[in-house]
Amino acid sequence: MLEWLWLIPALPFAGYVVLALAGARLSRTIVASVGVGSVGLSTALALATGFSFITSPQSNHVYSQTLWTWISVGNFTPTIAFYLDPLSLVMTLVVTFVSFFIHLYSSEFMIGDEGYSRFFAYMNLFVGSMLTLVLADNLLLLYLGWEGVGLCSYLLIGFWYQDPSNGRAARKAFIVTRVGDTAFAIGLFLLFTHLGTLQIQEVMQRAAQQWPMSSPLAVAAAALLLGGAVGKSAQLPLQTWLPDAMAGPTPVSALIHAATMVTAGVYLIARTHVLFSLAPAVQLTVAGIGAATLLLAGFSALSQRDIKRVLAYSTISQIGYMFLALGVGAWSAAIFHLMTHAFFKALLFLAAGVVILAMHEEHDMLKMGGLRRRLPLTFWTFLIGAASLSALPLVTAGFYSKDLILWSAWSSSSGSTWLWVAGLVGALLTSVYTFRMVFLTFFGEAKHDVTYRPGNRMRLTLIVLATLSLIAGLVELPHTLGGRAYFSEFMASALPALDYVRGDTRAELILQIVAGAVSVAGIYLAYLFFLRRRAIAESLARSSVGAALDRFWFAGWGFDWLYKKLFVGPYVWLARVNKDDFIDSIYDGIAKLNEVLYRALSVTESGKVRWYMTGIAFGAIVAIAIAVFL
Amino acid sequence: MPAVPMEHGLFLAALLFALGLIGVLVRRNVIFILMSIEIMLNAAGLAFVVAGSRWAQVDGQVMFVFILAVAAAEVSVGLALVLQLYRHLQTLDIDAASKMRG
Repeated sequence: MLEWLWLIPALPFAGYVVLALAGARLSRTIVASVGVGSVGLSTALALATGFSFITSPQSNHVYSQTLWTWISVGNFTPTIAFYLDPLSLVMTLVVTFVSFFIHLYSSEFMIGDEGYSRFFAYMNLFVGSMLTLVLADNLLLLYLGWEGVGLCSYLLIGFWYQDPSNGRAARKAFIVTRVGDTAFAIGLFLLFTHLGTLQIQEVMQRAAQQWPMSSPLAVAAAALLLGGAVGKSAQLPLQTWLPDAMAGPTPVSALIHAATMVTAGVYLIARTHVLFSLAPAVQLTVAGIGAATLLLAGFSALSQRDIKRVLAYSTISQIGYMFLALGVGAWSAAIFHLMTHAFFKALLFLAAGVVILAMHEEHDMLKMGGLRRRLPLTFWTFLIGAASLSALPLVTAGFYSKDLILWSAWSSSSGSTWLWVAGLVGALLTSVYTFRMVFLTFFGEAKHDVTYRPGNRMRLTLIVLATLSLIAGLVELPHTLGGRAYFSEFMASALPALDYVRGDTRAELILQIVAGAVSVAGIYLAYLFFLRRRAIAESLARSSVGAALDRFWFAGWGFDWLYKKLFVGPYVWLARVNKDDFIDSIYDGIAKLNEVLYRALSVTESGKVRWYMTGIAFGAIVAIAIAVFL
Repeated sequence: MPAVPMEHGLFLAALLFALGLIGVLVRRNVIFILMSIEIMLNAAGLAFVVAGSRWAQVDGQVMFVFILAVAAAEVSVGLALVLQLYRHLQTLDIDAASKMRG
């Protein structure tokens, strides 16, 4: 079974090729069956592969498959090879599974769109690239997948290209992530020149052998890889592209900008964790970036009115939690949260997609309300997703993963109380903005008459994801609840366990109770402000400080403004100054000089033989004079 | 035999050459230009002969015979060109044949 590993990314690529070449001529039914079917087969294969991988008696728990040598130049011989270990297996399963259900949902959601086959072609290309990224055996192949998902993200954000603002959002996403990708590429050059290989496992091994702790090279390599991860995962300071990326269709936001692609940065850091362990300063930066991002994005989410932008900021914030976990060395906790987040955030986006369809493309939550009775299934699934996002204790998956991160931030050798407090404040914010969204959208009086009902495929997707949002946390129970850590035990061969230095079971219980209480308190605050006593929230927002903060948070802490002043403005100014291209004018000058000379010389070609004779005679005299006198 | 000094011979050759060159440059009639070219060729030939006699070498006269042959060939081609020129332009004015200007 394992030798069919290559088919997992190959199938979506095949689907892409079919749809890209023949999609326009196929009927919608066939397009949907190719688009959904290729990912479905890939998912089935991933499940089968995962089953045989777990049950196989291999001691080292690693399977790698080399297809062919990609390039061979000197000692630079990257291969097209796939590497399966517990980390990439979990990622593969999450990606294929979530992708399949989102494809299924899209086959109904996008049915009225004229770009139906184009949509599925891009989505299949995305899934193929993402699986290449996840399964890649060397960093160059990983980079290929990395750029592939970036391209698909660009194509799908600008999917409705007739609206220029969508095109702008797509370009913004592409350019901002390119900043990080450049750092990543330089990091790869550095690793190759100093370690002589890009094969991930060998890079880790050689780095651990050759580079001492905190050596400048290790710090530089880790920092450059972090740059790539920050760009892709929309963390400070490159987080500005994600809220605008919501211009794409809702299933795209669910798949690419919530569940899979944006978590690639987390995967990259977990994959190259040895480098980060060698550079504790960089690792601390990862934790700092995570903590700062989760707070910033949490505040911003509080004041958004567009339902998708709230979810976008919450994605940034949740990835901040994953970075926090990576930063304190809780590698498997980060991947655990990545997994549960993929389920509940995809669910929230897809349910929001139903709401937006039902409201006829209305995104503003303040114009919604009372949808609870009109869209009961959507309401219940959205509520489950929201509860999971808010980490409602015991019953939701989000609680287990977020609690593990908070506990790690407290007890790890590189953790601190400050990081824990930041996480806790973030958790309070999370449940406030999440339930603000729930109360504004589904409670209150109905403002519109809604007749829309989601079809079977959309309902099935919502139900499956809601179920997973509830039970996916049971694979890793904390010590206080039996301590069955199947997930981190499974991960142990790929990712080292957390280095605990403080806290016992009693402390863990207290922290858990605090975290749970914070989550419930957040929900109560949201209930108070946005349902029971709207007047309090409104008077707060009207006060001068409140209004200023609201505007500031709404604009995402003014990062867009800052970058516009700092980078875009000067760049545009420079482009305008240099409109005629200074370098080009040198070459234009040479051409102009030639033209002038040509005109001057063509005058001498008068057609008068006697002039030519004179010229020859004069030339001969000069030549002879030179020969004689010099 | 009192030999003519070489300088005299060479001076005559230079004079003839200059006269020929001036003729080529100032004349507009093609026939005269051809004649002037002949004078220049013969001036060169004279210089060879003078040099040959100065160093008592036969090469100078051999060269002159060679120049005569070349001159004969040149004149036949030149006169053919003159005929064509006259047939096309009904004139022997060299300045009229200036269609190939840049």
